[in-house]
Amino acid sequence: MKKDSSPFAFQLGISIFLFLLWNLGLSVFHGWVTLWWLGLLVDFLLIVGIAELMGRIIPSSYGPLYRRALSVSFPLLLFFAWELLVRGGVLSPDWFPPPTRIMQALWELLTKFDEFSKTSLLGRPWLLPGAIGGNRPETVGELLAESHLYATLMRVFVGFFLGAIPGILLGMVMGVSPTIRTMIDATLSAFYVLPKIAIFPIMMLIFPDPFGEGPKIAVVAISVFFLVTINTMVGVRDIEPVYLEAGRNYGARGIQLFYHVILPGALPVVFAGLRLALGTALIVIIAVEFVRAKTGVGFLTFYYWEILSPEKMYAGLVVVMVLGVLLTAGLKKVEQWFMPWRRP
Amino acid sequence: MDRIKIRASNISKVFSSNGKGTVVALRDFSLEVREGEFLCIVGPSGCGKSSFLRILAGLMSPSSGTLEIQPSENPLKPVTSMVFQEYAVFPWKTVLENVAFGLQMRGIPKSERLSLARVWIDRVGLSRFTHAYPHQLSGGMKQRVGIARALANDPEILLMDEPLGALDAQTRTVLQEEILRIWEERRKTVVYVTHSIEEAVLLGDRVVLMTAHPGTRKAVFPIPLPRPRDLRVTATAEFGELTYTIWEALRGEVLAAMESMGKEGLREVAK
Repeated sequence: MKKDSSPFAFQLGISIFLFLLWNLGLSVFHGWVTLWWLGLLVDFLLIVGIAELMGRIIPSSYGPLYRRALSVSFPLLLFFAWELLVRGGVLSPDWFPPPTRIMQALWELLTKFDEFSKTSLLGRPWLLPGAIGGNRPETVGELLAESHLYATLMRVFVGFFLGAIPGILLGMVMGVSPTIRTMIDATLSAFYVLPKIAIFPIMMLIFPDPFGEGPKIAVVAISVFFLVTINTMVGVRDIEPVYLEAGRNYGARGIQLFYHVILPGALPVVFAGLRLALGTALIVIIAVEFVRAKTGVGFLTFYYWEILSPEKMYAGLVVVMVLGVLLTAGLKKVEQWFMPWRRP
Repeated sequence: MDRIKIRASNISKVFSSNGKGTVVALRDFSLEVREGEFLCIVGPSGCGKSSFLRILAGLMSPSSGTLEIQPSENPLKPVTSMVFQEYAVFPWKTVLENVAFGLQMRGIPKSERLSLARVWIDRVGLSRFTHAYPHQLSGGMKQRVGIARALANDPEILLMDEPLGALDAQTRTVLQEEILRIWEERRKTVVYVTHSIEEAVLLGDRVVLMTAHPGTRKAVFPIPLPRPRDLRVTATAEFGELTYTIWEALRGEVLAAMESMGKEGLREVAK
């Protein structure tokens, strides 16, 4: 059936015309400096209208594609507006450096290696093949230590595993055994609400090298541990009793019941806990690096605040964001591999 | 043929509800099930029929009373396999793995258990979905998996706990016919719990009627409808008569059960 889209097309034309007129008018009469908030609000409403009308005109078979384009183009549009507002002198580049300059700074952080300040996200990866072959004065470890990205990733990964594996084990035990659960639950809940960054000083006190990697990794591991333990316990407790009955009725006992019913039954909630824990690990490590570190993306971001280099500070934040997105996506892949039955 | 397979005498089951007193689910419940018999248990909600089934399955022990189950000649054969109302088909296993589960737990070698499972998957008409996961199946198909899992396990006694209760009326009818067809082939001992009198009369050799609060045996109705049966039997006058007779006996129980629930509800409100 042919959809009659002409009235929408007409409205769409009018909307686009209004949008252009409004922005042009505001620019010509220098309205942006004082009325930037009104300008943006009206722009937003007009864009919503345009997007809505376009959604009605576009054939429904292109619907999913159109919605994806919409979700991608909106942040791009925000960046574009930001760029224009800074260039037009509405926003100060000292607080809000334009996206293009942030990207430039990010590029510099990724590619340029400054021997003096040693502030580079990747360090000198191009020397790695030589170092592995033993043809360089620096060792592989020294080269990796130059990379702030590597420092942060290492702390997150090591801390995550050190926290998650005991967390899953304890959570399983607590889920299965009411005695252990009753004993530990209250203590665990008390620690759970403690902001984990608050234990960083204790960690620095405990570890022989207070400024080394130990306390940093320990804080991440402890934050991860509590989240994963509690989620795993809930996951085991929330298994439908009928699955346990079925398992037992069909002859599963002890370790078989655990492997065939309890473990897979708890896995979805365990992974929900791991996802939360990964996000928390990132928050904690950046905070720790703000406070006391000589390496890491958090350190770098804070360092550029101290030397008043806002575009590089923003670049650091972009790296943290990208890191968060990539790590979460990676965990999602692991999740799908572990739970093939949840794939759509 | 008249060998007694299950002899339950004076079974009682008392639950304690969080220190707030006790609930008597079953009181002095006695029942004999013959070998090869299809026995249906009908009763209002809360009459302890599910509890009785779980006691038979060994998932629960009775508070008092004795339960004897005649062992089979083959000690490796499982005594009971249950088909659950909520299907209880493991979402993390494929249809094939689910159906082979009982065999796997009994340590039957992989190739043997998989070929046995395939036979049963084929028999319940799911061969196209052998490697599918349960979330890709409809409710009726999931319960077919549940039935295949129980039958592949080849138990001495098949226990069915309102297996069709969660399905829509048409799917239920289709599966009733399937259960009849499959049962006629082997004539396994079945204890079948249901809400539906029609279902009980269609499937069963005898129908046991239970009362609620506490669950006791009220009456037993033999179903003299000829075997092999199929859905045509529901069109006969005899079927209608049997159904109505049982309903007359059950009606008072259902009303009493509703009333006692209502009273409890009122007490809750009064608090």
